[in-house]
Amino acid sequence: MVSDENDSPAIGRVCAELLQSRPRVINVGLAVFAIDLDAQDVDVVHVDWRPPAGGDEDLARLLSMLAD
Amino acid sequence: MVDTAALAPAIRRANSKALEILLQGDPVLIDVVPAKDLIPELKEHTILHAGPPIEWDRMCGPMRGAVAGVAVFEGWARDLDEAGVQASKGCFDFHPNHHFSAVGPMTGLTTCSQPLLVVENRAAGNRAYCTVNEGLGKVMRFGGNDESVRDRLAWIRDSLGPALGSALQCCGGIPLRPLVARGLTMGDEMHQRNVACSSLLLRELAPALASAVADHSDLSEMLAFMGSNDQFFLNIAMAMGKSIMDPVRNIEQSTVVTAMTRNGTDFGIRISGLGDEWFTAPVEMPAGLYFPGFSAADANPDMGDSTIVETIGLGGFAMAAAPAVAGFVGAGSVAEAAGITARMREITLGEHPEWTIVSENYQGVPTGIDIRLVVETGIVPTINTGIAHREPGIGQVGAGVVKAPMACFEKALRALGERLGIS
Amino acid sequence: MSVTVNIVRAGVFLDSVVLMQISRELTAIQGVEDAALMMATPANWDILSDAGLLDEDTMAGPGDLLVAVRAQDQAIADSTLQRAAELMERPAQQNNTSQELRPLTLRSACRQLPDANLALISVPGDFAGAEARKALRAGLNVMIFSDNVSLAEEISLKREARDLGLIVMGPDCGTAIIDGVPLAFANVVPRGDIAIVGASGTGIQEVSCLIARAGEGISHAIGVGGRDLTEAVGAISTLTVLDWLERDVATHHIVLIAKPPAPSVVDQITDFIRSSSKSYTVCLVGSDDLALPDNAKLTTTLKDAAAAAVKNSKGLEALPVVQQAPAAGSYVRGLYSGGTLAAEAQVVFLSHRQPVLSNVPVPGAGLFTSERANHIMIDLGDDRFTRGRPHPMIDPAVRDEPICAALSDPDVGAVLLDVVIGFGAHPDPAGHLAGLLDRHGRSGSVVIASVTGTDEDPQVRAKQVSVLERAGVVVAPSNADAAELALAGLKIG
Repeated sequence: MVSDENDSPAIGRVCAELLQSRPRVINVGLAVFAIDLDAQDVDVVHVDWRPPAGGDEDLARLLSMLAD
Repeated sequence: MVDTAALAPAIRRANSKALEILLQGDPVLIDVVPAKDLIPELKEHTILHAGPPIEWDRMCGPMRGAVAGVAVFEGWARDLDEAGVQASKGCFDFHPNHHFSAVGPMTGLTTCSQPLLVVENRAAGNRAYCTVNEGLGKVMRFGGNDESVRDRLAWIRDSLGPALGSALQCCGGIPLRPLVARGLTMGDEMHQRNVACSSLLLRELAPALASAVADHSDLSEMLAFMGSNDQFFLNIAMAMGKSIMDPVRNIEQSTVVTAMTRNGTDFGIRISGLGDEWFTAPVEMPAGLYFPGFSAADANPDMGDSTIVETIGLGGFAMAAAPAVAGFVGAGSVAEAAGITARMREITLGEHPEWTIVSENYQGVPTGIDIRLVVETGIVPTINTGIAHREPGIGQVGAGVVKAPMACFEKALRALGERLGIS
Repeated sequence: MSVTVNIVRAGVFLDSVVLMQISRELTAIQGVEDAALMMATPANWDILSDAGLLDEDTMAGPGDLLVAVRAQDQAIADSTLQRAAELMERPAQQNNTSQELRPLTLRSACRQLPDANLALISVPGDFAGAEARKALRAGLNVMIFSDNVSLAEEISLKREARDLGLIVMGPDCGTAIIDGVPLAFANVVPRGDIAIVGASGTGIQEVSCLIARAGEGISHAIGVGGRDLTEAVGAISTLTVLDWLERDVATHHIVLIAKPPAPSVVDQITDFIRSSSKSYTVCLVGSDDLALPDNAKLTTTLKDAAAAAVKNSKGLEALPVVQQAPAAGSYVRGLYSGGTLAAEAQVVFLSHRQPVLSNVPVPGAGLFTSERANHIMIDLGDDRFTRGRPHPMIDPAVRDEPICAALSDPDVGAVLLDVVIGFGAHPDPAGHLAGLLDRHGRSGSVVIASVTGTDEDPQVRAKQVSVLERAGVVVAPSNADAAELALAGLKIG
């Protein structure tokens, strides 16, 4: 199955929806924020983020231009 | 001035197209034919090898051993010593299998008289080839080259190959897509472990083979040969992989990997949007388990075209379907195997709709390696592999897991940046 | 002379990987020259033979498991065979590596939580923009906690978000409450009908906690970042959230906390408010120079903003009667973890016509460089202090050295501090401060603090207050009150 990012991004989603229900969160960075949300029974997925391309700035810059 | 804002959507479209072609691949094993009849360029003294291009002076021990063996087998040299002298004098013309729609396991040598399995991709109409698996133990693909090795090759050439060809013609070919789907549910990942697919294939092929082979003792010998070789299907899976990936090549701006392969010295990859250029880096050493009497000190670095199966989402990518294989590097737990497949999902664009993993709620195997994701995440493809002895003439000493070197992917990404004018 | 021993386990099948693992373990035993467990197929038979592991009398077929050991002596061989038997019978080990694999990228996290609607981004500032862009393109709203995000990046992200119908909260904004859920640095406050839109985190925290203390509650609180109302950014996020709140039935009153906005955006904001059906409090910390429509009230401190937003502000009025020791020095040193709290303190001082310096001066205050003989309010959470270091709300030790320096400074009569609790903050900032004051010993200057938080927060405000009071700290009910007390103390002295 082709995953979503190959389709067009979610343009036109009804986004005031953010205020209409409990947030469902993807946490990128400090793990403590995900732990706090999890403790409140909020749906949260923590990303074990690390610098792209192992910290190689040239490659990271290139990636940022080629990224989806 | 390059419009960088337009790049991402263009790449996304190119990759969608690449993934669509990849996932629609419909490989069918249709025939076994002598190599010279399939590849006109394959003349006397021409040797196709695994991996990216390499010449004799940089070849590793087992590949040199196999070259000597195949030269004697083809009758170009009287003995191994003479073959070695000829090779060092430049008497042989070396080319990668990949340049001729072919693949070969480990040393992967293909020469004019060897029979090749023919897999046709009925979605795209192309064909790909691979030699017939020689069995386990001392075999040419692992650098074995003694008389027993050459005798077996001759038997494959003179008896088994023609019989398989007749049988496949007789039964109209064997569709591989459903066969592989069943094999995955039975614990194969089609690289290290092919026991289920080998059995399923034999079951489908046996009636036609019985019709094709008149002599009962010949038939019995062939059935015993295939039935005792758990890896018989590997070479078929490889030709299948090549037939699926070749139509994915040359899609402008696509970042999908179309080939990964090793010659025992270099690891090479090709990227759809970068034509047929190879991006290479030194191969790594596999980590694994060894046969009695051997240790890591005996091991040759990573080798073979068999990584084509990882390129289409099998092998290490399908580890979750074959937890036992994970035992080559760790405890072999189901969780470890699932973890390896989960990591491969980080670097792939999609999932195969039919090749699914039962223990993962029938999630498809991760398919379509994107070099951008590899470089970004620092996760390189995990490859399941056999391990050859580093000296010529000895053969397989173990099996294990190896990583594709990151440098290939970084080089390819930089080249793509240059090609798109943004470096 | 070594001995070779074979044992045949007829009809036993084990996977070759399991067998190779056992073989490896046996080979490692002291005195074992080689060992192997293999199914006795012809191919394996050859391998065992080549390895010198076969006893010539051994008989086995392809369906049998062969255990072969070559060892220095019989005793070692026997014990090794025993060990082999144990390993074969060992039940499959449960290992602990089965913990759920965390996704490494936002992309794969989206697959785990397909209906996610918000990405909370707190990676280093150099990388925050790229992650935020990925999140927007995956259809997620974005809250950027990270600081050190460039203005150009902020503008580009906010424009992209607007085009996608999404919002970027921040950057450098650590506070939000959405549908009652505190995100990052936020407090546990009751649900209510007041929404807060703020430039930065601590201002929202202080106002939301004061509203809670007055007995009312919050519908949503959204931080839009300190630069949102600049001409360059053009209030993109503020206008988005005001538009959403206009249509939000849970919200009746909106508190907008801001630095004085750029003239070019003032009209957009006031036009919006004029056409709105809801009432507003606009808190411009440090400026009363803004003409507002009738449905909006202007305040210059956070405390006044909270008082204006609630229906009954009685809970916010009482000031404690404080018996203060006469201050030795003449000046107040404010050492803040919250930027808006540092600004509010300056506003209080300026309202009493007391000159004040700051690294983040409000209109009318001077820029602090090195002159110490002044009232000085330092925001220790400013970008310049936090690059490569934790924020003082996460690690209060960042403030230790400046506090000790202030306590030892003969010019300083009062040290003014904020203690911010709630989710995200240090688990016991009051305890940390009390320990520091205890180690430092008595000083000529008084320490005055306020605690931004509620009793429902994990740290429990009442407990934090009592820890501070036991340590001799004067605790005011709000940050504005703390600033008033500091000035009053100086006047007493």
